[in-house]
Amino acid sequence: MTKLHSKAFLRRAGRLLAGASVAASALAFAHAASAQTLTIESWRNDDADVWNTKIIPAFNKKHPDIKVQFKADPPTEYNAALNARLAGGTAGDLITCRPFDASLDLFKKGNLVSVNDVKGIENFSDVAKSAWSTDDGKTTFCMPMASVIHGFVFNKEIFDELKLTPPKTMAEFHAVLDKIKADGKYTPIAMGTADQWEAATMGFQNIGVNYWKGEEGRKALIEGKQKFTDPAYVDVFKELASWAPYMGDGYKSQKYPDTQNLFTLGRAAIYPAGSWDVPIFRKQADFQFDAFAPPVVKDGDKCYISDHTDIAIGINAKSKNMDAAKTFLSWVASPEFADIYANELPGFFPLSKAKVEVKDPVAAKFVGWRGTCESSIRNSYQILSRGTPNLENELWNVSAQVMNGSMKPEEAAKKAEDGLASWYEPHKK
Amino acid sequence: MTDLTASQVQSTDAVRARSRFPVHIAVFLAPAVAIYTLFSIYPLIDTIRLSLYAGDETGLRSFVGLQNFRTLLADPNWSGQFWNALRNNLIFFAIHMVVQNGIGLGLAMLLSLPRLTGGSVYRTLIFLPTMLSVVIIGFIWQLILNPLWGIAPSLLDAVGLRSLFGPWLGQESTALLTVSLISVWQFVGIPMMLIYAALLNIPDDLLDAATVDGAGPFSVFWFVRLPLILPTLGVVSILTFVANFNAFDLIYAIKGALAGPNFSTDILGTFFYRTFFGFQLQVGSPTMGAAVATAMLVIILIGVLIYLFGVQRRLQRHTF
Repeated sequence: MTKLHSKAFLRRAGRLLAGASVAASALAFAHAASAQTLTIESWRNDDADVWNTKIIPAFNKKHPDIKVQFKADPPTEYNAALNARLAGGTAGDLITCRPFDASLDLFKKGNLVSVNDVKGIENFSDVAKSAWSTDDGKTTFCMPMASVIHGFVFNKEIFDELKLTPPKTMAEFHAVLDKIKADGKYTPIAMGTADQWEAATMGFQNIGVNYWKGEEGRKALIEGKQKFTDPAYVDVFKELASWAPYMGDGYKSQKYPDTQNLFTLGRAAIYPAGSWDVPIFRKQADFQFDAFAPPVVKDGDKCYISDHTDIAIGINAKSKNMDAAKTFLSWVASPEFADIYANELPGFFPLSKAKVEVKDPVAAKFVGWRGTCESSIRNSYQILSRGTPNLENELWNVSAQVMNGSMKPEEAAKKAEDGLASWYEPHKK
Repeated sequence: MTDLTASQVQSTDAVRARSRFPVHIAVFLAPAVAIYTLFSIYPLIDTIRLSLYAGDETGLRSFVGLQNFRTLLADPNWSGQFWNALRNNLIFFAIHMVVQNGIGLGLAMLLSLPRLTGGSVYRTLIFLPTMLSVVIIGFIWQLILNPLWGIAPSLLDAVGLRSLFGPWLGQESTALLTVSLISVWQFVGIPMMLIYAALLNIPDDLLDAATVDGAGPFSVFWFVRLPLILPTLGVVSILTFVANFNAFDLIYAIKGALAGPNFSTDILGTFFYRTFFGFQLQVGSPTMGAAVATAMLVIILIGVLIYLFGVQRRLQRHTF
């Protein structure tokens, strides 16, 4: 090639590049000019339909000038995807908040703004706000939306067929399980350990509150007055270990969707549940189902439930539509939103003080336990999962292992305690 | 253009070009250099730089030297997971080397049989899974092996071997082996194709000569074909090594980022993911994650260097 040619070639390439970059920047500008909508980042991809057809239209009736867009990632990818987008400056205006440290971390890094001054925050109690407040409780950075409650869902037709009544104590619970197993037609407990979190949340946290007496035990654990090696916690692991013979064939590689299907196909009698399962079962199960609260250890014991503050919504500190975002948050705090949310997504219970009537009978039963039992949140969520090893991960691991029979209850308790004691001062003594 | 004008242009140009910077070389190299620098070299160097920093809770980063690596290798909470992931990764690699490349070699030999009918059909079918998405592979195999509604238990039942079935993906003793074999099933087409191509390159004269000299099929394979495809086997090995130590997707799709049960399927890729991006309540740490990524880079580098200096230099490439 001659020099003349190469020069011409370079010039042409340069012109092409310049043209392309002008076009690209023009596109970017056009995009920025049209961005007058609020985008919600969420992990609730299951609820996209409800957001798009019920919640957002209801909001637009009051505020027709603000467009809202619901954008969800799969739950397991949400934290990673959100952090990447926040770092890259492409995250949406509104951010659905995980409870406790994941969101506290976002606030400390300056990704979330305080919502203390947003109208409607006064509708929430301190307990409701605790999951999204700084450790001193002074600043709240997400508007609480809903909590989820643990319990047991059961197949009413199987219970009728085998003439069983919902158990109130652990002894009754085991009597019921034995009867179902003796009959042989149905799997007594629908649960798998492959996903690990089922064992920890639907097992350990679900029944555990009755053993460690809810908030009392949870706070004692944070203060270091109780340890995982205390009898109350070891007993929970022992109870979980005793479930193994009642679980389905090959439960060790059974995943969460398998568990749900096992129950909705009518092949299992009892399903250790989170209340968020209720709307799914409502759609999929063609039989009557009902729920009972986690059985108490001894007859006459006070009952506790895991009423876990699970979901809230905050504002991206880099949002260009701050006022619109605050308007949306105020609306989320309103009784109107609470009513829509509770009834369109039965199983997610509003945290606001407003009285909301839950129409789904099973979901209503779950929320009804708030009146008869003491509420508590999952004990690994506040403060205790800040270090390495991560307590929540450890609980998933050991709960699944205890149910798999590859670890003794005492060993599980010791592993959780040792992990915690390796970094958490109050447990070092 | 005639020869005369061509040589004239060249001579006047050559004088000028020798004294000045060869622009055309830079122009031709530019696209590759620019793309590599932007997407490969820069991120690599920045990762190494990031691994020397630590972030506090407000996200501010400060230089800490090799502290992250000390934590990774000396703090039992980190090193336990790291060595476990490395050990699992080595097992994962060993299974691929033996099973995937062994079967790949066998299939390539079968495909190169002279009197094979429908060879291209087999070739396509065996290669097909390689082109499928990992998520689909993971989903299909979980369904097949599902103890509740999978076809594996019913198939075994049909031949009276139901008692052999177990929840293989859920047992600590079998999970890693099962996941590895699924991966082998997916990727066996690649060594097969590479080795098959190498086998086709061997001239028939050599094989005929060996046969005339009295070599049986086994001797022909062992003393003629195998030495001739050794360079290809080396390339296949190094590709397997790099791919296995960067593996992540299949385990994530099947077992999730916590790689259960009890971290028995945790490999460096999933360990890195948890560290960098966080998991459930574990908050991700980009700096610690960068340290894990750098450790992975070093491990892969060591493997590749051993191959380059220990193996490849001794291999002779035969040309015909």
